Amino acid sequence: MDFPVELLANAIVAGLLLGGFYAAVTAGISIAFGILDIVNIAHPAFIILGSYIAYIVNANFGIDPILVSLIMLPAFYVLGGAVYQVYYASFERRGQEALRGLAFFFGLLFITEVGLVLVFGVDYRYVEAIYIGPTLRFSFIDLPLRMLIPCLVSLLMMLCLQLYLTRTFIGRAIMAVSQDQLALRLMAADPVRIKRIAFGISIATAAIAGAFLIVIQPVEPSVGREYIGRVFAICVLGGMGSLPGTVLAAILLGIVESITATFYGPSWAPAVSFGFLLLTLAFRPAGILGR
Amino acid sequence: MRFWIFLLVALALGAGVFFGARYLHNDYLFFAGYVVLEYLVLATAWNILGGYCGYVNFGTAAFFALGAYTSVAIHKFSPMPIPVLILLGGIVSGIVGLGMGYLTLRLRGAFFSIATLALAVVVQTLITNWDYVGGSRGAYVVRPATVPLVGSYIQYLFLVMLVLAILAVFAARMIERSWLGYGFASIRDDELAAEASGVPTLRLKLMATTLSGAFMGMAGAPLPYYVGYLDPASGFNLAYAVNSIAMPLVGGTTTWIGPVIGALLLGTVQQVATVTISSAVNLLIVGVVLVGFVMIAPNGIIGLIEARLRARSDR
Repeated sequence: MDFPVELLANAIVAGLLLGGFYAAVTAGISIAFGILDIVNIAHPAFIILGSYIAYIVNANFGIDPILVSLIMLPAFYVLGGAVYQVYYASFERRGQEALRGLAFFFGLLFITEVGLVLVFGVDYRYVEAIYIGPTLRFSFIDLPLRMLIPCLVSLLMMLCLQLYLTRTFIGRAIMAVSQDQLALRLMAADPVRIKRIAFGISIATAAIAGAFLIVIQPVEPSVGREYIGRVFAICVLGGMGSLPGTVLAAILLGIVESITATFYGPSWAPAVSFGFLLLTLAFRPAGILGR
Repeated sequence: MRFWIFLLVALALGAGVFFGARYLHNDYLFFAGYVVLEYLVLATAWNILGGYCGYVNFGTAAFFALGAYTSVAIHKFSPMPIPVLILLGGIVSGIVGLGMGYLTLRLRGAFFSIATLALAVVVQTLITNWDYVGGSRGAYVVRPATVPLVGSYIQYLFLVMLVLAILAVFAARMIERSWLGYGFASIRDDELAAEASGVPTLRLKLMATTLSGAFMGMAGAPLPYYVGYLDPASGFNLAYAVNSIAMPLVGGTTTWIGPVIGALLLGTVQQVATVTISSAVNLLIVGVVLVGFVMIAPNGIIGLIEARLRARSDR
């Protein structure tokens, strides 16, 4: 049997596109967990929430899901700020974030999921847009538009975030908040406010990632769970809080998962990311682009 | 000596519950009671690692389902009495707990928690792809209708779970008051300081993951016989993980009685809510109670009672 080069090439390209999408899903965790040290395991639940909002607006008004997510950005930003305020007042200020903060986010994840089940049921929901369906073809390489568009928008978003974090005062303050809060205070920036802004941005990315998710695949409330391991695997592998590292790790994971799904069947794909995570945690906790 | 008095009292209490329920002639009591007791074992097991050592395990469902699937695998090979299955399920989950500990316990708290979540998905994927135990289609387990001496099968299962619950609580209480418990507490309070003063932290943590995993596996082993049919989605249900975290946190994590109170309270409320409202709502209740308690009463019901007693003695 000769080696299926075309199949492999297609698997790699599909993995690249998937990786671009994974970068958007992980961006929020890279900010919350990588930079702020807030273990927000409820992040995938916020992504699913974003998917459902895109679905409702799309089903009722026919607006493009990704456009909807851009309109929803301020709302998610405010939501993130509010969640952080609760988290800060209840746990961070008392120094109890380790055990109880984790349980808090786990509870949030669960409430969001069950709440969505109660309102929408467990049926798969999907959206309609002109780019869902058509596929670009270059000789034997397929580029489905419903993967390509999220991937490109996601990379654009990562670029904007990286520029924001490295070129603006608040962005740099966000990078600094995990390193030295006292120095930040001396620069006349309130660490709690900076963290609130950063967490707001982190949740805002979930709105966009949610729209991508429902463009790529039909969504039901418990889909988010599969992403918990993925996002943390990518975040850790990317070096905790480094956005370029996140993109790199996301693409790497996307390719490995896509190849696994192509050659061994899709039912093995979830184990790949989690296996990746376990191995990374065990052998190289600093990630590829570790600080 | 006092341990044995405690065990005798607990056994007497258990016998009272069993014969009381039998006297009422309502099999539903046994069905509901089994689930509450199962959660009692899970909550107590979780608390050995989560409450005593301060390491949050999100992978309860994995250990629980491993115990259940051990039963399925052995049942397919040749049927065996349930106590033997419980022992074997406990051994399998205990070994996996030990392995997980080796792989992850050198990590900081949060990383450990994420790794346990990852473990749950890896184990679920392996089971889903393992055809011998039914794969994603699930497996049927035919159980006998009656059991000698006890009578109906559900009463037998209830009795087995009752004994297991008493043993788990007894073990947790014994651990809490031995050198092991003090070692665990020192890890929870300040791992670095404990290490520096000569506490063998890694060895203690490995013992905690093994014990905790083993009890979770034991709680899962009779599950296939209880439901008669087991598929990965029900065995690895996230509800097990949420409940096993919520119950100790609601009751209070530092003593053995906390998970017992939490499990009896939340477990009963859920059983009532499942019957009267719906099963989705009962999960919502757990989530809301968990978030509410960690925000408002960080030390659980036990913490509230202690604060009340202290306020009274100060007056």
